This record gives sequence, C-alpha cells and structure tokens, in this order.
Amino acid sequence: MNKRVLLLIPGVFFVAMLGLLLFGLGRDPNMVPSALVNRPLPEFSLPGLELDQTENNLVIASEDLKGGISIINFWATWCPPCHVEHPYLVEISQQEQDVTFIGVNYKDDLEEARLFLEEKGSPFEKIIVDLDGSLGIDFGVAGAPETFIVDSFGMIRYRHVGVINHQIWEETFEPVISRIK
Amino acid sequence: MITPRKQRMAIVSFIVAGSAIAIGLVLFALNEGINVFYTPTEVAQGAVPSGQNFRIGGMVKTGSLKTGELEGTLVEFLATDCAQEIPVNYTGVLPDLFREGQGVVADGYIDSNGVFQASQILAKHDENYMSAESVAAMEASGATCDP
Amino acid sequence: MIPELGNFSLILAFCLACLMVVIPMAGVITNNQLWMSLCRPLSSGIWVFMILSFGCLAYAFLNDDFSVNYVANNSNSLLPGRYKFAAVWGGHEGSLLLWVLMLASWSYAVSLFSKGLPQDILARVLSVMGIILVGFLLFMLLTSNPFERTLLNTPLDGGDLNPLLQDFGLIVHPPFLYMGYVGFSVAFAFAIAALLSGRLDAAWARWTRPWTNAAWSFLSIGIALGSWWAYYELGWGGWWFWDPVENVAFMPWLAGTALIHSLAVTEKRGIFKSWTVLLAIAAFSLSLLGAFIVRSGVLTSVHSFAVDPERGMVLLTIMLLVIGSSLLLYAVRAPVVKGIASYTLTSREVFLLINNIILVVATAAVLLGTLYPLIHEAIYGEANRVSIGKPYFDTIFVPLMGLLAFALGFGTFSRWKKTSVDYLKKQTGKILIASVALGIIIPLVVTSEFNISAIIAVILAFWIVFAVLKDIVDKTTNKKSFLQGLKALSLSYWGMQVAHFGMAVIILGVCLTSHYSVERDVRLAPGDSEIIGDYEFIFEGASLEQGPNYQADRAEIRVLRNGEDYITLQPEKRLYFATRVVQTEAGIDVGLFRDLFTALGDERGDGSWVVRIHYKPFVLWIWLGAILMAFGGVLAITDKRYRSSKVVVQNESTATSANNNSKAKLAVES
Repeated sequence: MNKRVLLLIPGVFFVAMLGLLLFGLGRDPNMVPSALVNRPLPEFSLPGLELDQTENNLVIASEDLKGGISIINFWATWCPPCHVEHPYLVEISQQEQDVTFIGVNYKDDLEEARLFLEEKGSPFEKIIVDLDGSLGIDFGVAGAPETFIVDSFGMIRYRHVGVINHQIWEETFEPVISRIK
Repeated sequence: MITPRKQRMAIVSFIVAGSAIAIGLVLFALNEGINVFYTPTEVAQGAVPSGQNFRIGGMVKTGSLKTGELEGTLVEFLATDCAQEIPVNYTGVLPDLFREGQGVVADGYIDSNGVFQASQILAKHDENYMSAESVAAMEASGATCDP
Repeated sequence: MIPELGNFSLILAFCLACLMVVIPMAGVITNNQLWMSLCRPLSSGIWVFMILSFGCLAYAFLNDDFSVNYVANNSNSLLPGRYKFAAVWGGHEGSLLLWVLMLASWSYAVSLFSKGLPQDILARVLSVMGIILVGFLLFMLLTSNPFERTLLNTPLDGGDLNPLLQDFGLIVHPPFLYMGYVGFSVAFAFAIAALLSGRLDAAWARWTRPWTNAAWSFLSIGIALGSWWAYYELGWGGWWFWDPVENVAFMPWLAGTALIHSLAVTEKRGIFKSWTVLLAIAAFSLSLLGAFIVRSGVLTSVHSFAVDPERGMVLLTIMLLVIGSSLLLYAVRAPVVKGIASYTLTSREVFLLINNIILVVATAAVLLGTLYPLIHEAIYGEANRVSIGKPYFDTIFVPLMGLLAFALGFGTFSRWKKTSVDYLKKQTGKILIASVALGIIIPLVVTSEFNISAIIAVILAFWIVFAVLKDIVDKTTNKKSFLQGLKALSLSYWGMQVAHFGMAVIILGVCLTSHYSVERDVRLAPGDSEIIGDYEFIFEGASLEQGPNYQADRAEIRVLRNGEDYITLQPEKRLYFATRVVQTEAGIDVGLFRDLFTALGDERGDGSWVVRIHYKPFVLWIWLGAILMAFGGVLAITDKRYRSSKVVVQNESTATSANNNSKAKLAVES
C-alpha cells in the first residue's frame, strides 16, 4: 500500500504543472501589443485621397475622426495580405452601418492606390495618404495590414495585426465595438 | 557481502545526497541566470542599484537612434515606457528586428552616469514584435505615450 | 476540388482512427480475434488517407491555389518551388498536418514490423495510438483546418513565407524533428499496453527498444538540424540559446536517452520495470508539452508560431486527458513487487541507474528553468516578470554532463550483476592516466593558455574514446583474428559504442567552440581589415544586389590565410519585398577543424559597415557528433535479435543470468 502512494507522485506533479500552464494561458500575452491602446489618437493633419477627382485638395485631421466609432485600416497595394483582406473589408463596411471605415494608404504610390480602389471597390469613407509612413510610426505600425478601432472620443481601443476576415471581425472586432458603443 | 538491506540503504543515501547536491546546484544556478525585468520608470526612480545586471524593457524612442557619427560599433538610443527615458549604449551588431518605435529588451547594467550599458539586445521574430515583458512594462507605468 | 478532397481525407482518417480506438480494444476485452486483427488494416487505412490529405495540401501550394487560406498566408507566386513545398509545414495548420501524418506513419510502421508481437498487445498499442490520432485530428478539424477556402474574391497572390523560413533548413528540420517527437508515442503506447495487459516483462522491453531507438535517432538529427540552421541562418554565430522552444525539443530527447538505457536494464535483467514505464510516459508527455508551448504563446520565445490561446486550451485539454489518464493507470497498475535480481554496487545496473538519475535531473532542471518565469509571475504578479537566461542552464547542465561522461568510462567495463571494484580499477587505471595527461598537455601546447574547462572537456572526451576502444580490443583478443573478433560483436554493441563515441565528439565540439571561439563586432571601412590568428579579413565594401523576392546589401570580404588569398566571403543583409522583413545571410567558410563566420551589421555612413567576424574552432563537430549518435541508434535497431519472425515466450529466469553475453540470453528462433 505504501509503495502505491509513491506511484501517485508523478500524477500530482503533472497536475501542478497543468495548473501552472493554465494560469499562463489565462493571462493575455500578446493580445494587446500596442502602447497606444487606451490612449488618444495621435494628432495629425494629412492629405486625403478622393477617388473621383484628379486634383486633391482634401485635408483630413485627427479631429475629423471624433464623434463616431472609426475603423482605421493601414493598407498598401504592395502588400499581398492587404489584397487578401480587401474583399472582406468591402463586404463588412457595407454590412456595418454604425462604424466608419477610414483607410490609411501607407507608404504607397497614389496612382496605384487610386486604380486599385476604383477597380476593386472601396470600403473606406475617407482615405488618408501617409506617403512617408510618419502616421504609421505615430501609431506604432510596423507593416500592413494593421487595423485600429477608435471610439467617438478619439481614444484607440484595439489594434489588430494581420488580415481581417468575417470570422475575425465577428470574434474580435464586434465584442470591442459593442462594448464601446 | 553486501546484504540487500545495506544495498538499498546505500542507494537511498546516494539518491538523497545526489538530490541535495542537485537542489543546491539549481538554486545557485537560478540566482546566476535569473534576469529581473525593470521598466525605464523604475530605473529612473532608482529601483536598481548601479552595476547590478538586469533587463530593461520598453520601446525604442523614435528619432533617438544614433549610429553614424559615433565611434566604432557604438550604438546609442533611448528606451522609453512613455513616462521616462533611459539612454542605452551598445557596441555590436543590432538584431535584424531592431527598429525605432518598436519594443526592445536589453540585458546589462546602469553605470554611474545613469546610462544603461547593454551587453545584449533582444528581439523576437514573429508578427508580435513587442515582447510580453515590454507590454507589461508599458502597462505598469500607466502613462500616456506621445511620440 | 483538390482541397475538398484533402479535407475529406482528413475526415475519413478521423473516422478510421475512432474505429481503431474502439474495435481492437473491444476485441481484447471480449477475446475476439477478428476484431483485434482489424487494427492492422485500420492503421494502413489511416496512413493512406493522411498521405492523400498531405498530397492535396502540397498540390494546392505547388499550384498557387490562393483560394486556400493557409496557402495564401504562407506562400507567394514568386516563391521558389522547393519552398512552396516546404511551406506546407511553415505555419501552424500545415505543421499540425505533418504531425498527424508522422503519427499515422509510425502507427502503420508498428503494424508492419510487429510479426513477433502477440495480437492482443498489438491491438492495445494501436488502439492507444488511435486515441492520440483522434485527439489531434479533432483538434485540426475543429480549430486548425488547413483546407479552409475563400472562394469569393480569391486573393491574387499570397502573403509570402517568412523569409527566415525560406531556407534549406525548413525543408529538413521539421520533418526529422516531428518524426522523433511523435515517435515517442510508440514507446508510450507500448507502456500503456503493458499496464493494461499486466504483462510488463523483458519481452515487452525487447519489443519497445527498437521503436524507442528509432524515434531517438530521428529526434537527435532533428535537434542537430535545428541548431545548425540557427547557426547559419540567424546571423549571430550561436547554435544554442536555451530558448523555450529549443528546450521543449531537448527535454524529450533527454528523457528518451534515459529511456533507452533503462530499457536495456529491463530487457537484460527484468528490473526497473515500473521506472521504465514511467519514463516512456514522461518522454511522450514532454513531446506533448512541447507542442503546447510552441503553439499557445504561454512563453515568449524567439521562434514560436503565432500566438493563439484558444489552440493552447485545446492542447492543454489533450494533455490532461492523455497524460492524466496514463499517470492514473500507472499509479493503479504499475507493479510494486520488487524485481528478483540483486546486484553489487559497481555493477552495470548501478551505472545505468546513475545514467538515468543524471539525465532525469537534467530534464527536471531544464523544465524548471523553462517554466520558472511562469512560476515567478504566478507568485509575484505580472509587474515582476523575470526571464531565465543561459547562465542558469549552463551552470546546471554542463556539470551534469561532465558527471555522465565520467560515469560512462567506468560503465563501459562494468558487467551485469557483479563487478568488483578491483576489476574496474584494473580496466580503467591506464586509460584514466592517459586521458588526464593528454587532456592537460594538448590544450596547453596548442593554445598556450590554461583553461580548466577546456582541459576537463578534453580529458573526458579522451576518457570516453579510450574506454570505447579498449573495450573493443578486449572483446576481440580472444578470437582467432581481429577481423573475426570484430564480426562477432553484435550490431547492438556497435550501435552503443558508435553512439558513445559520438557523445565524445559532441563534448569536444561544444566545449572547444565555447571556450576558444574568437568573436569580434567591428566597424570596417572599405580597405580596412581585421586579423584573427592566421587569418586576415579584408572588407572590400558592400554593393546592392537583387534577388527573386528581395533586395540585398552584399559585402565582399576577402580572407587571407598566412598572407595568401584563401577565400572571399559574401555576407548579405536582405530586405524581402512582400513582408518588409530584414534578414541577414551569413558568409561562412566551413572547415573540419574551424569555421570562419561573417555577418553584416548596419551601415554607418561613409561606406563603413559594422561587421561580425567569428573564428569558431570545432563547431562542425557538434553536428558530426549528433549524426554519429543517431547512426549508433540506427545500428542498434538492426541487431538480429529484433528481427525474429516467431512469437517468443520469455520467462524471468533467463533474464537473471549473470552472463554478459547478450546473444545467449534470448531464446530467439529466427
């Protein structure tokens, strides 16, 4: 009987380790890799892109984004994953009427961007032109695509790295959006 | 002639002695190899004594990286958690993923001038380029980050 | 069409796996021969469908089918063909498919090569492997299916494979690693079968040994490939970082090594049975732990897959069910009756026990170091994170391996059951003196410096090598001729000696490169040079070059040896277009006795660059030693006692004989 009890030791040790790993899973390791979450939108004032005109006099400033929930999507024509997520963005922007999609054309060629959007459709109400990537740096962006959720007070509430599809929209974006409404 | 009983006792005492040595070795090694994490704010507040080895985590302040004008392979930049900044010196090759405006973890000590002398700079390579330690450091400092 | 076929194959494999769990086990319980025999065709069916599924995914990659999400995320039309194939296992879902394919392959192999196995044992073994298959196939089908498609608005091109993976290393490292990792499931299944059937004896050990050796050999190569890949690909000149992901591959290897040696005792002497079973469970459990840690994001590491706690939960559940129930079964069914055999204090049994204790302590120490950051955080909270670095692992691991090497010399001469201390002294006296002498003299003479660690390493390496050679000589002196004597030695003996010799080679490689490497990070303008020993490295400047999917700064470094032109190395710093990732390609001159390693840092204006130059003696021996060890493992498998074609009835009395001759002990009819 004595020896039998000894044989339980590996089992006990294993359960303890499992508990530790469960604890490890419970904490949120890299879900929020941005220092800017729960901070205000960086201030900016940059040219905008208008699709149906050849001359651009539009200027978009960070103030313009307040007063409603914005989805800010950093994208570029040179970024293949952006091509992958584009059709989803178009569909989702048509479905979701209570959020505004803002695109940031990041370190890209204006003409190519315009052509791309005219061909494939645009999910964006406004398009900010970030030619040298300075807005990207302000947001802490390292590549494309990256998408931020900004609430009506201009506070950044969530940051998503990588492509968006319907599943990701439903599982990660919608909960945040309903919380901040 | 060694009886089974004596043999068993020999094995048991061998195992006990071995375990004691092993545990002692482990504790000693843990002490050697453990790297405690401090944020720039904690360092600025003097939480770490000068000369003690530790790891600092934060972001590389945009525009703070100096390389060209410096001598040899010296690199200088500022590690920030958006509340405080600590100057970091490092001689050597920076990892590929090191970039301004991104997370960084550095191994080293604070010298008497308040400059962090790094012996190692670490970066991770997947799409989450800010290590969990840096994130925790940011959130712990609780300050806003105006680049 | 093809992706759908691949998905369907997965589902079929899953169904067959469910059947393989239930039917053979039901056959065992009801003693139904037909049901038990179904385990063989079921395992081949599963394997066929897994091959088909894998083939469909590979087809999708090779044909640039970007409607498959996994292909779009991990490939690109510009990607060279061989990397399109290797990209199949470049991400989480595909590598899981590879994992399951390996598991199915091992199951199939067990059903093929088990003619001497009693049917009820085979039924149990395959049923257990079926349980693991079911778990992982369910995991794939529910959360990580590589065949998910986007049929509307299919992307024109893919996101490209991570540049760090666009390399030969990706083609070979994961397959070998997974063959090893997953291969320990066979030893695990045999252990469970033994606990379930109550038949835990020397015969069981003989069945389990070849499978364990095979998995161990694959894992040895897999780990060595990973280390070699990191060395030339990461541009740091390092080859082991005690990174959590490396550690979780290394721990099953350490436990597996202990298992190999413990199985030897159980087979020859019928003792250590419960311990061997526990080791078999532990080795595979560590493999599962590895899969969990790499894919869950619980520990930050240089090379984990993209983090997903949801996947982590599923893997944790699999671990709980598989390991939890096997440890429970162990506690309830493992034999507590003491083995009949007795042995003296310096017998072979004791040396193998020492081997096991050292390896288990090493495994536990590595496990502690790997998980410690979690423990610390659980106790002290998130604000006080710590990490465990190289110094911890080196401080623990190196002395333990030193002890192991020292014990190995004596153990080589020890005999089963009874070995006198005088006998050991007689066998080892001269070689001990010779090793110490050479160990002190050679490093002093070659390097003109006194480095105690290097000296100890050389002593231990010679100690092992001399022990191996002397034992071979001793065993062949009684025969008519030397060649005849060599032929008379069994393959499993040769396997042992080759593997131990490999260990000596690794010890030399690791220690000499660690202590005598010269590493310099310098700033060089065109025309500047750096001198290390007999070599002069002249930096001739860097130029811009175009690759298929990247742009590179390529440096020309002219190397002179003793003043004469020797070689030009061309390290690069590449910028990949699609992913905007920067990556260094090292310029390495590989040599048997030293490597010359160069890598580019950053540009410093005025045409000068920071350059990393390393002189690394004996670094190749690390991987050569690993290959030798793996080869030794393979040799041992081919020993004829594992090739019997009839079922053998074993009894305990044959196992207690004191005879050292391994061949006489087993009543094998071939």
